[in-house]
Amino acid sequence: MSIEIKHLNHIYGENTIFEQYALKDVNLTIHDGEFIGLIGHTGSGKSTLTQHLNGLLKASSGDILYNGESIYREGYSMKELRSKVGLVFQYPEHQLFEVDVFSDVCFGPKNQGLSQQEIENRAAEALRLVGLDESFYKQSPFELSGGQKRRVAIAGVLAMKPEVLILDEPTAGLDPKGRDDILGLVKKLHDEQKMTIILVSHSMEDVAKYVSRLVVMNHGEKVFDGTPKEVFRHYKELETIGLAAPQITYVVHALRERGILLDQDITTVEEARDAILSLWKKHTCTAQPHEHQENAGQMEETKC
Amino acid sequence: MLRDITLGQYYPVDSVLHRLDPRTKLFGTLVYIVSLFMANSVWAYVAASVFLVAAIRLSKVPIKFMVRGLKSIVVLLLISVSFNLFLTPGTPIFKIGFLQMTWEGLEFAGFMAIRLVFLVMGSTILTLTTTPNQLTDGLEKSLGFLNHVGVPVHEVSMMMSIALRFIPILIEETDKIMKAQMARGADFESGNLIQKAKAMVPLLVPLFISAFRRATDLAMAMEARCYRGGEGRTKMKPLHYEKRDKITYGMYLLYFAVILAVRLAV
Repeated sequence: MSIEIKHLNHIYGENTIFEQYALKDVNLTIHDGEFIGLIGHTGSGKSTLTQHLNGLLKASSGDILYNGESIYREGYSMKELRSKVGLVFQYPEHQLFEVDVFSDVCFGPKNQGLSQQEIENRAAEALRLVGLDESFYKQSPFELSGGQKRRVAIAGVLAMKPEVLILDEPTAGLDPKGRDDILGLVKKLHDEQKMTIILVSHSMEDVAKYVSRLVVMNHGEKVFDGTPKEVFRHYKELETIGLAAPQITYVVHALRERGILLDQDITTVEEARDAILSLWKKHTCTAQPHEHQENAGQMEETKC
Repeated sequence: MLRDITLGQYYPVDSVLHRLDPRTKLFGTLVYIVSLFMANSVWAYVAASVFLVAAIRLSKVPIKFMVRGLKSIVVLLLISVSFNLFLTPGTPIFKIGFLQMTWEGLEFAGFMAIRLVFLVMGSTILTLTTTPNQLTDGLEKSLGFLNHVGVPVHEVSMMMSIALRFIPILIEETDKIMKAQMARGADFESGNLIQKAKAMVPLLVPLFISAFRRATDLAMAMEARCYRGGEGRTKMKPLHYEKRDKITYGMYLLYFAVILAVRLAV
């Protein structure tokens, strides 16, 4: 169960004066159950790459193997591929069209040609996964809030029971609460449903917190591929391609420059908090009290 | 798939014709169309051909783009030519059943075909060298006199520019929604006509909603910038005639005089 991308090229407007490489010799293997973050600035080819994975775009050259089988092989069923590789587009709520939430979620499984009973079971299951209860079923999708609409749209893809779920900036335009809800949901899908997740994102904080592997794209090429910690170690190079490490990484590096030796691989606020606290405890045990008189009160409370 | 469609026919190069005031080009097209309907002899068509060839050369647009515009009138051309060939009374060339081809018909059909082709090519030059926005600007200004008889010229031309501006946006939006629905297993290609029409619902509903949303946003943004219609509104780039426009008008006059002279002389 894996996706293998081999020497993938995609050229827009091939053989015209507007010819432009959107993807350039991309090689990538996505293993079963991975949680991958795909980052890159606008126009780097992230969205183009994701649309290749379920066959919406056809490569100019190169190959994609899904479970060892080339999707460009003659007679390969794109419809089946699309139900195995679910793609949630940016602003997925713009695709809602049905009169009520429940029938909209049914659209995907209905296209898969399942029985009515199965369609309804899957829709109900998908809506449960995204945290929308039965009171929402008969509501018009257009009357919901932004975050709820988005969850309906995600449920629309989940109802097809994909093995791989690709989300293109699922948090764009949401408030912090909506963002945490959606990312929490994605994490739950990964942990509990054992789905392979590919998260396209602009937010370094989000990917640092959730993903186990990070792929960085620039000008249609894969430039970095590794764990978030490995990738963010190259934060200087990331800056040259219009990206950055999470803000907390900068704080950690600034502290290191001033002699506070925290682990340089810290990428989330939680890690930084724990590291600073443990350093603080160590420090207060060895420090001379008269050097820190202004903090004396606090130090007494700290147990060594 | 929809990305390859270009809006209108505008061909972006820098030529004298591209730089002309849109009003000059509009007027020129009008003069040319009128002249084609006045032409009734070989010499008039020669003059019209010279004028057309000169315009094509000056526009720097490859000839193949001009010819492309003719594809749309092939059927019309065939029908009108065959009608003229067979239904004009006169000296017969040959006869098949009740159909007879005449010399007069041949002559008439020939001129007819040339007239139609020239007509289309003449107006194609206008759209190839003028952006849609310039065109509406030119129309607004040339038709400004209609304001006095109660036609809201500015409002109509504003609607036209907005509609044109939205075409590429809507194309992109359609592409996006189509892909999103295809990702959910929608099938837009197979099936009979009714099934295909039904398959359009998941595409059209979101498309309309997004168009209305954009329209509301645009209206709000225009109001926020105090848009209140054409009255007293000035332009950032007002149209004004240059020396080249005056020369062009002179050439129109000359051309029209030639056509008129030929018509009167023959």
